[in-house]
Order: sequence, then C-alpha cells, then structure tokens
Amino acid sequence: MSILGTRVVRTEDPVFLTRGATYTDDLTDERLTGALHLTLVRSPIAHATITSIDIEAALAAPGVVAVYTGADCDLAPALLFPAANKAMLRPFLATDRVRYVGEAVAAVLTEEAYQGEDAAELVDVDYEPLDVVVGMKDALKDEVLLFPEAGTNSVTKMHLAKEEAPEDLFADCEVVVSKEILNQRVAAAPLETRAASGYWGEDGRCTIFCSTQNAQSARDEVAGWMGIDAKDLRLILPDVGGGFGAKIGADPEFALVGWLSKKVGRPVRWNESRSENMTGMVQGRGQLQTVTIGGDRDGTVKAYRLDVVADAGAYPRLGVALPMFTRMMAPGTYDIPKVWSTAKVVATNTTSTAAYRGAGRPEATQAIERAMDLFADAIDMDPAELRKKNVVKPEQFPFTTKGGAEYDTGEYAKAIDLALQAADYEGLRAEQARRRQEGGPLQLGIGVSSYVEITGGGAFVENATVEVHADGTVTVLTGTSPHGQGHATAWAMLASEELGIPVDKITVIHGDTDLIPKGAGTMGSRSLQTGGIAVHNAAVELVELAKQRAAEQLEANVDDLVIENGTVQVKGTGTGVSLADLAGADELKVFHEWDGKKPTFPFGAHVALVELDVESGKATVERIWAVDDAGPILNPLIFDGQRHGGIAQGIAQAMLEEVVWDEEGQPLTATFADYGIPSAAELPSFDLVTMETPTTINSMGYKGIGEAGTIGSCPAVQNAVIDAVSHLGVEHIDMPLTPLRVWEAIQEASK
Amino acid sequence: MIPVGFDYQRPELLDAALALLAEHGEDATVLAGGHSLLPVMKLRLAAPEVVIDIGRLAELNYIRLDGDEIAIGAATRYRDLVVSDVLAQECALLPAVARTVGDPQVRHRGTLGGALAHGDPAGDLPAAVLALDGTIVLRSPRGERRVPITEFYTGVFSSVKEPDELIVEIRLPRTGSTGWAYEKFTRRSNDWAIVAVAVATLPSGRRQLGLVNMGSTPLRASATEAALAEGKPIDEAAALAAEGTEPPQDNAGTPAYRRHLVTVLTRRALQTATA
Repeated sequence: MSILGTRVVRTEDPVFLTRGATYTDDLTDERLTGALHLTLVRSPIAHATITSIDIEAALAAPGVVAVYTGADCDLAPALLFPAANKAMLRPFLATDRVRYVGEAVAAVLTEEAYQGEDAAELVDVDYEPLDVVVGMKDALKDEVLLFPEAGTNSVTKMHLAKEEAPEDLFADCEVVVSKEILNQRVAAAPLETRAASGYWGEDGRCTIFCSTQNAQSARDEVAGWMGIDAKDLRLILPDVGGGFGAKIGADPEFALVGWLSKKVGRPVRWNESRSENMTGMVQGRGQLQTVTIGGDRDGTVKAYRLDVVADAGAYPRLGVALPMFTRMMAPGTYDIPKVWSTAKVVATNTTSTAAYRGAGRPEATQAIERAMDLFADAIDMDPAELRKKNVVKPEQFPFTTKGGAEYDTGEYAKAIDLALQAADYEGLRAEQARRRQEGGPLQLGIGVSSYVEITGGGAFVENATVEVHADGTVTVLTGTSPHGQGHATAWAMLASEELGIPVDKITVIHGDTDLIPKGAGTMGSRSLQTGGIAVHNAAVELVELAKQRAAEQLEANVDDLVIENGTVQVKGTGTGVSLADLAGADELKVFHEWDGKKPTFPFGAHVALVELDVESGKATVERIWAVDDAGPILNPLIFDGQRHGGIAQGIAQAMLEEVVWDEEGQPLTATFADYGIPSAAELPSFDLVTMETPTTINSMGYKGIGEAGTIGSCPAVQNAVIDAVSHLGVEHIDMPLTPLRVWEAIQEASK
Repeated sequence: MIPVGFDYQRPELLDAALALLAEHGEDATVLAGGHSLLPVMKLRLAAPEVVIDIGRLAELNYIRLDGDEIAIGAATRYRDLVVSDVLAQECALLPAVARTVGDPQVRHRGTLGGALAHGDPAGDLPAAVLALDGTIVLRSPRGERRVPITEFYTGVFSSVKEPDELIVEIRLPRTGSTGWAYEKFTRRSNDWAIVAVAVATLPSGRRQLGLVNMGSTPLRASATEAALAEGKPIDEAAALAAEGTEPPQDNAGTPAYRRHLVTVLTRRALQTATA
C-alpha cells in the first residue's frame, strides 16, 4: 500500500509539543561560548535628523563592552531591493537621519542580556524632528520626502505600463462600478521573533545562526552586506518558529551581528523583543486599490481595471515587487475580455513591507472578489451565480490570462458548486431572508469567494540529496528549509514510498549552507512542487542506481528487479540484496536538481457565514466552507493543517488585524494587546471540502497549499460581513471589519 | 522587555507588608497577580524601586459572610471568585464579571484588590464593585479606614489611597443570585472591554449600573438609575446611559460609538437582569 495520501503523524511534533524546539536564541552551541549580547537603540521618532549621539554614559554602565553608532560602522548602506530607487539606501545604523520608529541607531554590546536594556537607555540621541508622511496618498504628493536625494517618494519604475491605458476599456459596458478599497497593513508576528548569533572561526570564516525561511539566499544577501565572499559565510538555521513570508531572506541585523562579532573579536547574540518585532520586522499587504468593473446586465463581465498604490515603508524591500503578482493575478478565476492594471509604490515613514502569506496574490483576489460583489449588487444578481457565469471553463486550460499568467489546470465552477452545496447556499439565503423579514438585531451575511493563486512562482529550481546508509537509515538533504510546514515528515514519506524504507528511519536535513550550498527555501507555497519533487526524483534515481548495482551482484536483469521493504529483489524469487548492504559496499547517494520551469495555480472557493449584530456592529464568523484544490494530497493531516492556519489568517485580516500608526508615525499596535491576533475563540470550526485536480507541471501533480486558505477565506468573510448589512444600504467597508467600522458604515448609509 | 532593576520583597505577614509599604512609600509598588504591573514594568512605563509581593499572603485570601455584607480579602484571585459558592448565592454578579477577565492563566493570577487598586477604567471588576456600592477597606500602620467605592477613584489610574495604604478587604452587600447582568463588548474574547455595563439590584430593590471604559474612572449610569427609580421603562432609561460620561477615543472606538454602544448594552443588561 502506498504511504502517499495517508495521514502520517508529523514526526517533528513530539519535540515541538513537549520540551519545545531549539530556536536561535535557545542555542547552547559551544561555538557561541562567551558571546556578547546585542541590544539595539532604536529611534522613538518616525522622521528626524540626528544632531548628536552621546554614548559616554552607556559605555560606563555595568556589563557594557562596547557601544557603536553609525559613525563607527563601515558596512556600506544597502539597497535592500534591487529595483528600488538607488538613493533609497538603508544604513545598518542610522547616521544623519531616521525614517521610521524602530530604526536602529546604536548597538550596545553587554556581557549579559539583561544589562543591554539598561545601557541602551543611557545612549543619548538628539533628534531634530522632521515632517512625517504616513499615508500612501500623502506620500504620492511628494511634499515630505524620506530621501531628498531621490527627489521623490516613488520607489520604483518596475511596474510602469509599457503603453497608455485604453480609453475605451468600459465603452461597451451597460453597467460600470468603481470603488477605492484598502488592503490594510498587517504584521506577520511569528511566535519566534527575529534572532541571529554569529562568530568568526580561526579559518577566517563567519558562521551565523539565524531565523529565516531560506538559508542560502540569506547567506548571499548577508555576505553582500558584509562585503565578504559568500564562501566565507556559513548560515545555520536552528528550528524556525514561523515566518509567514516575513522571514524570507535576511534582515540587516544579521549582517550587523557578523560585523560586530568581527569588530569585538567575540561571538555576538541578538534576539529582539515582541515590541521590537512589531516595528522592526517587515510587514505585509498595505495596498490602496481602485477597482473598476464593467459589464452587461445579464451578468457578463467585460472589463476590469485595477489601480494599485503599494506602501513600501521607509526602506524599500520585497514589498516593492509584490504588485507584480497583484497585477498578474488581477482577473482571478474569470475570463474577462479586457483587463488593465497599474501600480505605484511609495515610501512612507513606517516599517518596511515584504511578503506575507500570499504576497501580492491575496491583494489581487480581494480586489476582484470585492469587485464581483459590487457588480452583482449593481445588476441585482446573485454573487455566486455571477461568478459561475464568468469563470474560466475547464476546456479553456491551459489558459493564458489578460494578466499574463498561464493557468495550468482548474475547474473553477465546480469548486464554487462544491462550496455552495456544502454550505447549503440556498438554505442560507432563505434563512437570511427570513431574518431580514423579521427585522431583529442579528442578521446573517453570506460571502462567496472564487480564487486562483500562484505557487512556486519565481524560484522553479530546487535540489535534494537522498542517501541510504549501511545501517539501513536514510538521509535526505533539502534546499527548502521548513519553519513549521512539516517537511521532515512529508519528505520522508516521498523517499519512503520509493525506497520501501519506513519514515522513522529517514532523517531530513536542511538549513545549513555548508551541507546544502544550493536551495531556494520555503516561500510562495513552493516546497512540495519543487523540493518535494526533487526528493521524489532523487529517490527514484537512487532506486535505479541500486537496481543496476544489484543486477550485477545478483546476476539478474535490471528489468526483473523490484524494490520491496528496502530490498532489491528478483521478481518472483526469494533472492535479493538490501539497500543497506548495497550502501555498505559503495556509497548509495543521489543528488537531484529539479527545474519545474513554471509555477502552478491552485484554486478553490470559500463560502462564509457571519452573524452580525446591527445594533453594535459586531460580526461573528459562524461557519466557513472551503474548497482548496492543490492537486493530489500527500498527507491530509499536514494539508488540512496548512488550510486551517491559512483560513484563520485570512479571517484575521478580514476581521481583526491592522497595523496602525498615528499622524506622527507612532505605532499604535506594537503589542499583542493592541494588535488583533486572533485566538481560537474568534474562529469557527472549518468545514473542509476535498477536491484534487493535478497540475501538468510535475509528474506527481502537486501544487502548493501553504497560502491558499488565506487567499480564499479573506474575501469570502469580507463579502459576508458587507452582505449582512447590504440591505441597509452599505456597499463596502474596508478591512478589518471591526464593530466600529461596521457601525459607522450603517450610520453613514442611513443618512 | 526587561524591567529596570528593583528590590523584591515578599513578606510573610500582612503587618510586615504594611511596614514595608510605610517605609518605602511612593518608591514601592505592590505586586499581587502582576498581570497589569509586570507588563508596564517590562515596557519600562513603570520602574518602582521596591516591589512588595503580597500575592501569597493567606491573610488576604478569603470570601466570607459578615452580617449583611460579604467580606472578600484583597488578594483573592479571580478564579476563587468564579468558583465561590458564597458568591454564587449572595452576590452572583461578581463571579460572573470575574469570569470574563482575560483567560484562565490571568484568572488564576489576578486579584480583586489588585484590579481595584490599579483602577483601569477599562477594567471589569471596578465597575462591578461600583454597581454593587462596595466598600474598600484600606489599612496602614496609621490605622484602617473604609472608603465607599463611589468616593475611591479620583482620575485615570488614581484614587484616594495613600502611598502607605494597602487595600486589604472589599465589602459588598448581599445582593443574592438574581437581578444582575454583565454585558461586556469586546473585539476578541480576552480583550479589554470597548464598553461594558454591569447591573446589580441592591437589597433595597434599587438597580445600579457600573460602566466600563466610559470615562477616566469607572462610572455609574446615574441618569439611567434615576429613570428606573422613577419607574420609567427600560428602553427609555437605557437611552440615558451615556449621560455624564466622557468616553475615550482609541483604535477600537470613538466617543460617539461608545456613547451609542453603552445605550445598547445597558438596555440588554437591564432586560437580562429583569428577566
């Protein structure tokens, strides 16, 4: 019986659930013996020039070994995203100007961690406050500039359209609807905050232990910032406690740790507090969108336009690129004849933005799914019906969209139907009508979303090494390091299937750049369809290799050999030789690099039910029915776990989470008391519906599931909440759909 | 997230705690459950020189009947309020309110006296005790005094309690197991209330309302109480709940929203309390 598709319990969980994993700050590695602790003095002001820094008092504080400011730091200010304006450089320690609350200004090194905060308070920085720009629209005005030498807050030209927008985009439409909607800023807030520890060996190489989603790319980035050859830098990832996209690549602090370690000649450790994390770690989303949708009263959508302004924060990072995905995925699951999109990216006096579960695609889905509801409302058509009428048909695949994506496989209408059936959509609508008729305070809202997304976009190549040892155990080396996804189990299953060796004898190793020099990490839901396929292929090749060797030893024909329980056997006879014995005779190891060349496009549909108290404005998500189709399921336990987390995160953005600054750029959501991370009490049970449509991009048919839940649930829930008050005249409410916002929308509509 | 250094004292007896408090005065802070104090110390918003831990003083941990009143030791934890048989029969509002505070960990640490001393206008228990017309017993080496809670708070996080005084007991009327309600409105289950309304029915039959997060201190809905005393219907009385309040502005609510919300919650609470 195949192990693939079975609920193998995660082999990594006993440790996570009992003594806890070993995160960077938990390391007791002897190479870090005698490490100094780094505390960063961070700017309390969003935009200011630094007029002086006095470190004398801090130097005299107990346990202080050194204090450095930007003047001491010879790391060249870095352009953190290549396609950003070349003047938008980030110093590793601010020198003349700070551009957001939380920017590092000075580095304090102490013998003990607890001494750091006391000493940091004694670093006396004089700031001359400058005007602050927080809002994206204000940033576009270019009145307050973060980088005067750039002459603009506009970050990049990478999204500029090659041609002018067609004037007649909506000329043949009977109905056109337009709306400005905000896809708000959110914080990844992983349980493990950022951390790095570094030391220099006697061989002149630097080793940095750190928390990141992709060791190899982070190594290259950090080496570049430190001005050393990548060969002279080793990155080691201990367990990583969540990333959600915010730990893609390296953070400048990692290079600072390496630089400081060299400067003082001792190992250096750094671990940030939660408050630091809430301003220092990159954040997600942050798009102001204008959607315009047009079509005919019979429900034919003919044209769609999406204009995006994206917030890069103070120092442009990966967030600059994400509107590319938003534009590519703008038409969603629909076959819309005319699609146009634009994007601008602006710098503001806020924390930098980067990837966050979905990274550019959820923003596209949210926009088109709101647009579809707005259009359905305008032509008085059922929103589910409108969607089914306009989705790409099964016979159209592979389908090249007006956004420029090539959708591999999909049955979008079927996914919608499955979700509607599971939810008893007709029954829900009847109950909704009954409640409206009765006119009580508790009304129902039903929201539908249809989505398609890209997984494995950007980095198509991944590698794996599979080695059988003489004792019968197996080692799998992978370039996609997990941070909670369950690779240790999933990769072992893939290898076990081919080798016939049980999962508990297979060890998956990742995240050490000396052991695994190449790899692209875990992001964009890419791991299974890239790293997983590499493991599968390597295991297949290893079996072939074993068969060839066994054929010689057994004097048999390769074609007559089969593998059973880790032994190569001559079909129909009792003779054979185990993989372990073959490995004992000669190294039995295969390196495989797999290039899928293309991304895949998982899809699905969600239906959300909310109950909304129209007197208080409070909406409660009662149910969510989710169809998430990412091809064949390797391990339903892990697959559903990814969906659970994803759906929760999407609901949380819709209902609760938003990073807020005041006009002075002061963060108002820098603790978990203020930032709306959900708990189980805020979430319903999830009704998961299975649908498996394989991709044609790889032999196993696998697509990615990491982000799908987030992308589907968020618009379904937003649509549901607005649907609950649509009979009161409310057309749209921006996320998060707080009681305050809902109540204000009802008040506004009743005027 | 590391506090400024401080001296930690954990006296074994109440008198020793009072002596320490008298000795250090304003330089000292009392630690009971710590769920309000420790976060502000870690954020360095508070930096006491001396922390006096009274959390384990058995002398301050009790719930008992005392004539017409219920006496509760100041270091009685929320969890103990929640499971108290005495309170379930004699003052059911208080355990119902305590049950809404934070999560199980918080309820196993936080104390009634701590909540009252902290005096967070967004806190649940001060408003409940206010609705109940409770009395706060303060003690210092100078002696003991009893302050009605209506006269206790003077502003945000401030009260008439002198630096050398410790809340040792809270006294409540025996209001029984009916005639009460607590309507708490939050975004997340364990958030502070955006607004909450506590209703108690006193032995005299008078209905009193304590409001959470409607001003710089816990407030009574005086206009609503007066209307009820005059026999006005619930809808009419509840519509007056925001009178005399000065609700705050924050991420979760505007003053206008809170003024609206308090009328909705008051109506619902009164309906529940009367049902």
